[in-house]
Amino acid sequence: MGMQIAFWILSVLVVVAATGVIWQNNLFRAALCLILCFVAAAGVFVTLSADFLAVTQLIINVGAVAILLIMSIMLTRNITNGSPANNLGLPALAATGILAAAIIIASFATDWLISPSSPIEPTTSTLADLLFNSEGFVFLIQLAAILVLTTVIGAIVLLKGEE
Amino acid sequence: MPGLEHYLVLSALLFGIGLTGAIIKRNAIAVLMCIEIMLAGVNIAMVAFSRFITPVQLTGQLFTIFIIIVAAAEVAVGLSIILALYRHRQTVDTEKIDLLKW
Repeated sequence: MGMQIAFWILSVLVVVAATGVIWQNNLFRAALCLILCFVAAAGVFVTLSADFLAVTQLIINVGAVAILLIMSIMLTRNITNGSPANNLGLPALAATGILAAAIIIASFATDWLISPSSPIEPTTSTLADLLFNSEGFVFLIQLAAILVLTTVIGAIVLLKGEE
Repeated sequence: MPGLEHYLVLSALLFGIGLTGAIIKRNAIAVLMCIEIMLAGVNIAMVAFSRFITPVQLTGQLFTIFIIIVAAAEVAVGLSIILALYRHRQTVDTEKIDLLKW
């Protein structure tokens, strides 16, 4: 019962905050709505008993990505313009509405094989086993490290400026 | 206990909202923020599948970790491209950045 209440509160919060991101004309407020959306999504992860992921989401998305976005909003801010919409509003809304409706109908029409076993708690040691065992995803985590290193070097090169 | 369909509906709604924003926003940073919302929706669907269909294997959560890593990398590169553009053209309006438009 408590889980149900938490789920409904968090999901309403996620959807309202996400709507706020595209509704707000002020980019800074949109970024604050995005932070709220991320925090509520971390709460949704908790209701799915994904504790490690919730903390990862808080640290990376709320702590790093949102700060990065706010910094660049401040660096490129154009106060008079804000964040206007282009003239594709209605077609875009119709197309994405149809897409979302299709996903929802498909998810209700499919006969999912719900597993009866209860989830692992805490998930940290199982995730570590999967990530760093030689039969697991250790190659992918190495690739992710290379990707992040490339990203850092690329960002520095792009922003270095003239000598 | 909310079921799998609840989470899938939530994820579809988030994906739709993010996609709408990514199409209609004219500020490039706002487009990036909307793409982040889409990724959050996908993450919720992934964790929900992991919780309800394979609750003892956690591969869905692992994929979500990789999605978060790639999303962070994407935001870093995207924002540096936007800042470089702003330095050269003094605008982040996607309708004025049309040098490659045919």
